[in-house]
Amino acid sequence: MGSTHTESNGTDDRDMTGVGRRDLIKRSAALGLISVPTMSFLSACASSGGGDNGSKAKAGKKTAKNPLGVNETAGMEFVLFDGGFGKEYAQDAVKIYEKNFPKVKVKFSATQKIQSTLQPRFNQGTPPDLIDNSGAEQMDMGVLVGKNQLADLTPLLDAPSYDDPNKKVRDTLRPGIVEMGQFDGNPVWIMYYAYTVYGVWYSQKALDSLDAEYPKTWDEMLAVCEKAKKKGMAGWTYAGKYPYYIPFSLYPMIGKVGGREVLDAIDNLEPNAWKHPAVKACFDAYYELYKKGYILQGTPGLDHIQSQTAWAKGKALFIPNGSWVENESANVIPSDFNLAVSAPTGIDSSDKMPFGTIWASGGEPFIVPAKAKNPEGGMEQLRIMLSEASSKNFTTKVKSLTAYNGGTTGISLTPGLTSGVAALKLAGQNVLNPRLQDWYVQLQKEQIGVAGLGEMMAGRATPAETIKKIQGFADAAAKDTSIKHYKHQ
Amino acid sequence: MQHGKYRFIVGFLALPLGLYALFVVWPFIQSIYYSFTDWTGLSPEFKMVGFDNYRRMFHDEIFWKSLEHSLLFALVLPLVTISLALFFSFMINVGGRRRKGGPAISGVRGSSFYKIVYFFPQVLSIAIVALLFAFAYNPDSGAINSFLRGIGLDSVQPLWLGDPSLALWCVMAVLVWSTVGFFVVLFSAGMASIPADLYEAALLDGANRISTFFRITLPLLWDTVQSGWVYMGILALGAESFAVVQIMTTGPGGPDYSTTVMVLYVYQKAFRDGQAAYATTIGVALLVVTLLFAAIVMRLGRRERLEY
Repeated sequence: MGSTHTESNGTDDRDMTGVGRRDLIKRSAALGLISVPTMSFLSACASSGGGDNGSKAKAGKKTAKNPLGVNETAGMEFVLFDGGFGKEYAQDAVKIYEKNFPKVKVKFSATQKIQSTLQPRFNQGTPPDLIDNSGAEQMDMGVLVGKNQLADLTPLLDAPSYDDPNKKVRDTLRPGIVEMGQFDGNPVWIMYYAYTVYGVWYSQKALDSLDAEYPKTWDEMLAVCEKAKKKGMAGWTYAGKYPYYIPFSLYPMIGKVGGREVLDAIDNLEPNAWKHPAVKACFDAYYELYKKGYILQGTPGLDHIQSQTAWAKGKALFIPNGSWVENESANVIPSDFNLAVSAPTGIDSSDKMPFGTIWASGGEPFIVPAKAKNPEGGMEQLRIMLSEASSKNFTTKVKSLTAYNGGTTGISLTPGLTSGVAALKLAGQNVLNPRLQDWYVQLQKEQIGVAGLGEMMAGRATPAETIKKIQGFADAAAKDTSIKHYKHQ
Repeated sequence: MQHGKYRFIVGFLALPLGLYALFVVWPFIQSIYYSFTDWTGLSPEFKMVGFDNYRRMFHDEIFWKSLEHSLLFALVLPLVTISLALFFSFMINVGGRRRKGGPAISGVRGSSFYKIVYFFPQVLSIAIVALLFAFAYNPDSGAINSFLRGIGLDSVQPLWLGDPSLALWCVMAVLVWSTVGFFVVLFSAGMASIPADLYEAALLDGANRISTFFRITLPLLWDTVQSGWVYMGILALGAESFAVVQIMTTGPGGPDYSTTVMVLYVYQKAFRDGQAAYATTIGVALLVVTLLFAAIVMRLGRRERLEY
């Protein structure tokens, strides 16, 4: 892109690789009056950051207290997504950073507009040192990784943990966190801070009133739904306008029925991955919910909030969701609701994995940009956040678990959180981690979610048709050269 | 005097033209340039890829679907909105019954009240309108289905935005509702400047309301209607349709792609999928469609200007 630099943006003597200035002016003149500003702005917009590596902060000395070798005077900039978890937990962690490095002033900001604030800064080559890349305006991780915009977090993972110098940070994390940060090969690009439990959410009180236990096989599930129906309660509802919530219970069910490999094959976009009999069995099972009228009337027209509200009011028994639902719907969930989560119901005893197999994974992806001025500072901030004290602080304040394995003793947990911890304990090593939603966003949300599952659960397509359609989408994504492809390690 | 004329004109036009070139012409050129690259929008590096993006676009089913919906918007919305607005403003200004002692030409009873009421939606931001209607269309507890239940139509409970065959029409209805008031006011102003003696003459000749409308009001209002048409079409192709589709519909983009429009597709490609170059390619297609639309309307609407 060196051909479009002119004097007007001040980068003339930096990377004049292509056409010289004089040639450019000649050409510009030929192109006419309008294109003069055009060309100079082009370079100002998209390529002025080219070789901007000279301004990095010098690394400090590595000591026991400062294992990452953070420069003790360099500034650090931290941009947080100001979403459901608020910003207090991060501000508390920033205070610790400033206490540990008294000469440093951390530039902290919180915003919901991650992409609109930060995309231009990536394009200029001047991103902040630590970003919580989350929310509706999340920047595409695949593209960031593919374009070498992120720093490898391996030094952080191999550094001693904040609480115990004899234990690496890597060994204090919950299962799946490190793998989730990898895209292709060993480097770890993302540190997921929150830990989300996905599954089937329900009111223990409502279930008790039906005289029922949480069903472990699909026949039991249908029986419970029938009981609920007799009492004028629908069995299920889901975020009909965003049907990509259905996979929160459907994917781990597929994993439980057919084994971990089935989900891996799906993530790897292998040919015919969706044609596995386990997928068909689970799709059939969910379709039966529709056929038997166990889905709340009108569900396909509800958004996530509306469906959660209907469910909290007791109009439906079960909803596929993640652990954020407790915080998000806190104002409509009655105090005696007794919120609980369960691993998905399987088909029967011939399933490959035991009951309790659950989908749990990281949320709130933190990244350190490759072109950050003080990447060690960004990582040190993360190391502080992954300490037991900071983790407890987070859990107390926002009712969610963190990537730190532990940090739940000695604090009082809400019903949903308690049940989430119990579900993780039941699962043990049987934690699944489907990756479609962070690897192939369009495929997961728009194609599998809205066009596939959404149509099936609204009764407008049969499971066989849906599988054929989804396999078509997956094959197209596998062939699409404009997106980067990933594989499970 | 002739000597300094051009310099004089240029002196006045330089600043506005410069601003126009910078903020209007230049982004167009920039988009066209980027559409030949593989820019992701997330990193400063990109290279030229020739016509790859265009080739991809022509084989992209969703692009064609969004184009189809955008064209439908550009045809149906102006037609419905402007017909309704013409009808309303005619009734408000001219269509009233003759009252004793009143002027020969007047609107229906309470017309000044209606004029204000029609303008109300225009005061609300389109985002708020979209949210309000999203609540109203809620099939479980929304206003529309509750009303249907209230009048005993328990069996008629459409999914509205959740139904691929209804969703697009639901979105269009919202746009009509929110924009018709503006055109009522615009056309009312136009009608107010039509001299009353023309109407009186028509009345004396025994013309009824329908022929008065088609032979006097519409021809004299033609210029206003035409610019209204272009304005409404651009609105339907651009920002307004994006806002309602993005805020209201499933996905967004509708169940089974039933409400996806070109602007939404541009946004999703640029800001969700990190394919800014491909997004600008679709943007170029949108530019072509918009220009064609304006050209066709101008061409079809060309008539002799009537002086009065």
